[in-house]
Amino acid sequence: MRREEVENGRDDMLIDGDENEQRRIENAVPDGFNADYLKAYYGKVFPYVDMFKWLSYGNDGKHPGCDHSYFGRREFSFTLDNDIYLRFQSFNSASELENAIKEKCPFKIDIGPVYSVDPAKRHAYSLGGDNIFTPVERELVFDIDISDYDDVRYCCSGADVCLECWPLMTIAIKVIDTSLRDDFGFSHILWVYSGRRGVHCWVCDGKARRLNNEQRAAIVDYFRVYKGNENSSKKVSLVGPALHPFLVRSYNEVLKDYFENRLLLSQKLFLNEERFEKILEMIPDESVTSELRGKWLSNKRSKEEINVARWDQLKHLLQSSKQKGQGLRRCIEEIVFSFTYPRLDMEVSKHMNHLLKAPFCVHPKTGRVCVPINPKNCEEFDPSAVPTLSQLLGELNTGGFRGEGDNEWEGTSLGGCVRYFRESFLQSLLKSCKEEIETSYNAKVQQSRNSISW
Amino acid sequence: MEAVRSQRKSSVSNGVVTTLPLYRSAPLLEVRLEDFELYAIDRLRVLKGISDGLSRGKKPDEMEKLVLDLWKTNMRHQHSSEVVNKDIISHFVLRLVYCRTEELRRWFLSMETTLFRYRFRDEAPEVQRALMAEFDLPYKSVSNAEYESVKDKLNQVARAIGQSTTTDAIFYKVPFEEVPELVAGRRVFIQKGNAYIAMNQVVSLVITQFRSHLSKALVLTNRKWTSMIREQEKDRLAPIIEALSTSYLGPDYSQPREHAEISLKDIDQIAKSSFPLCMRHLFEKLREDHHLKHGGRMQLGLFLKGVGLKLDDALAFWRAEFSRKVGAERFDKEYAYGIRHNYGKEGKRTDYTPYSCQKIISSAPGVGDHHGCPYRHFSEENLRAALTRMGVGNRPLEDVIDKVRNRHYQLACTLTFEAVHGSSCDAGVNHPNQYYNDSQRILESQTTKEVLGVSRGYGDWWWNEEVQGKVKANKAAYVKLVESKDEEEKRTNREGRVRVEEVEEAMHRMNREERSGQTKSR
Repeated sequence: MRREEVENGRDDMLIDGDENEQRRIENAVPDGFNADYLKAYYGKVFPYVDMFKWLSYGNDGKHPGCDHSYFGRREFSFTLDNDIYLRFQSFNSASELENAIKEKCPFKIDIGPVYSVDPAKRHAYSLGGDNIFTPVERELVFDIDISDYDDVRYCCSGADVCLECWPLMTIAIKVIDTSLRDDFGFSHILWVYSGRRGVHCWVCDGKARRLNNEQRAAIVDYFRVYKGNENSSKKVSLVGPALHPFLVRSYNEVLKDYFENRLLLSQKLFLNEERFEKILEMIPDESVTSELRGKWLSNKRSKEEINVARWDQLKHLLQSSKQKGQGLRRCIEEIVFSFTYPRLDMEVSKHMNHLLKAPFCVHPKTGRVCVPINPKNCEEFDPSAVPTLSQLLGELNTGGFRGEGDNEWEGTSLGGCVRYFRESFLQSLLKSCKEEIETSYNAKVQQSRNSISW
Repeated sequence: MEAVRSQRKSSVSNGVVTTLPLYRSAPLLEVRLEDFELYAIDRLRVLKGISDGLSRGKKPDEMEKLVLDLWKTNMRHQHSSEVVNKDIISHFVLRLVYCRTEELRRWFLSMETTLFRYRFRDEAPEVQRALMAEFDLPYKSVSNAEYESVKDKLNQVARAIGQSTTTDAIFYKVPFEEVPELVAGRRVFIQKGNAYIAMNQVVSLVITQFRSHLSKALVLTNRKWTSMIREQEKDRLAPIIEALSTSYLGPDYSQPREHAEISLKDIDQIAKSSFPLCMRHLFEKLREDHHLKHGGRMQLGLFLKGVGLKLDDALAFWRAEFSRKVGAERFDKEYAYGIRHNYGKEGKRTDYTPYSCQKIISSAPGVGDHHGCPYRHFSEENLRAALTRMGVGNRPLEDVIDKVRNRHYQLACTLTFEAVHGSSCDAGVNHPNQYYNDSQRILESQTTKEVLGVSRGYGDWWWNEEVQGKVKANKAAYVKLVESKDEEEKRTNREGRVRVEEVEEAMHRMNREERSGQTKSR
């Protein structure tokens, strides 16, 4: 069954990328990941300038309000080929960053916070006794791994991903992105494919970068519906007589639809006894569960529509048990939440000094580039169609004939990704950064004027 | 004592009188040295009581009652005029006591904030508004038109948190960052970065201010303490301060008991006989799955350190398990660092202390996690099974479950201890390493057939004899010192008084520093 699904996925991809595929075959570079490939990638494709522009947040400009030490106080960390881990690297310019990456050829680049002082010189500052070396700014980040969903997906487990379970990530992007914008009022949000089994999110608004750990933890808790560990029977508990508007919106706009129209079928959630028992466990009423169990055990046809039929029976019974009241009807929602609601790696988001892999890195296991995902059409994102290192190098080989632009990436299938990063994320971000620098500079000038006259 | 009235003015606004000080600046008061210490101890009892209540997982209404009772019992004074002074003095003394390490600061901050929260809630609305005004909170209430536009959502939130919906309620619109606890609990409607808070939630807003002020103040007090107070007061206040702080922390479990080392070959046996359920569960899961997630590695790893597992053995122990799941190479790459980190050999090089029950109970394990407190985080069914495996008989098992239902998790653990060891545990369980130590003590006495009259618990363990003795000794030493001092010094100390302001001058300087620090950072 599984092989068939995977092959279907490939077929789709072929249809979409017929032309690319043709070219790839002609200039084939053997699949894989190695230091030589990576050197070529860092040499020709990696978008240094865009990364520098992004992480400078407008402070690389000429305005007197710019803080020229800003980029240089950012921690980068490199994981090298031989597993040597270099923390607290810092760079003062785009070219310094570029030279270091080209020289060291890191298998992984992580981005840390902006510190109070240059992280490379932290030891010099700690001599004074007072530890003034402390993170001062950090994007609000989220890390979602599909391996955390192993109890609700039957197609894959661990680091494996296929088109049957990837919608779980799509759901996560939709739910979190909408809330970050509508509830929390953020607007500069970058979603990135983590290269293998999940997605990362970078919230880059000035206000987000300056949140303290407690405020970060509060946002994470706002998103959290999973209470209880492996040993509690219910993973999701929706208490109270009504749901918070955020949960209502998530349920109505995303979760319910994806559960009923995608996952119910693709994951065959009611296929056999083992699977439906897991769902029945979430219903605290013995009479309801035994009625359903009786029905389902006597009817053992394993057809496609059995999942939908059983879900309908369950819903119908729970909704109609009037005497049982709210609690049982809430079960329907709890089941849907259990199987769909985003599961965040909370520790990553809670602390300013957590590192997160940089966009446009290449995952050593899959060879795929960590490309941005547009949340507006994230349902179209297909992890198996993300450009790989060998594919890009193949395209570069043909790129010579095409002779486009000064940036080599433009001719490759990474071109669209860099363009998206630039046009849909970076431009508007830098515009607000400029305004912010202007405003705070004017306020400062005003303040010093006032204090002089006083 | 006459200075009382001058203190009161900070709490009077628009003719509204409150007895709840904001502790914004240190008092200019004199206090008898004895009171200096006694007041502090009384306040410490309140804070310790709050800490216990929180670790039992008490609900807000139960906490409210507990806090107000503790306050009434411990913070009385025979002269009513002195009550506010006692409040203020004890607070500032404990600031000195608890400013000195990150861990002490965090504890003090959390307990003082909880105390303030319930005392604030206990005040009348007009007093609350007056206090809000003192915090200079610039927020206006939401206009009618705006209220109408979000009314449905506000009602939805009110229903979600089980409150009746009122149509004429006053709401404030504040940036969501100002009310993190309401955001965390989804107890508030948020739109485009603004939280709409009801009048009865204003306490959250005030608390944020209170906490951030106190947090900054503690860091500055610490600077002051290390740079001057400790030296200037080394014969007089410093001994008292130091004794007071150890009186809370009780035993330090970051170092294993004397001569207590365990070797790897005994570890399974010891886990079976002396680990509390939380650790036993993690240990068994590790043996079974050859893997634990971060929270589990921290909780078990630090516990084992406290038990006396040396770093090399710890690395061998974790490697043996993890390598079966992820391979030795990946273990060395990804996990060994964390273990060395726990032992203070990496990163900040802090020697981390094992988690206390309170920390474990209040942790929030998620999917795939095995850490946390089994009495709190297990379903009843799983807990019963686990206890049966531990050898808890039927009758005690019901008692344990009963405690769990009433959310007395530490008492449940204590009963388990007693059932497993057939011996009483008067002190109760406050720390997994204390459980372990007590268990080992009992087992040792059984094996060596020593007759041990009564099992000696820690008693009032945060204020045990040892510490009281230390305080007394310090006091005697200090009295001698005072006598030997020259005339002028004696005059300063006449009638055994400490001029609080001497210590507190530091606070004033600190306040000034804070203000200048703020403008600098702007």
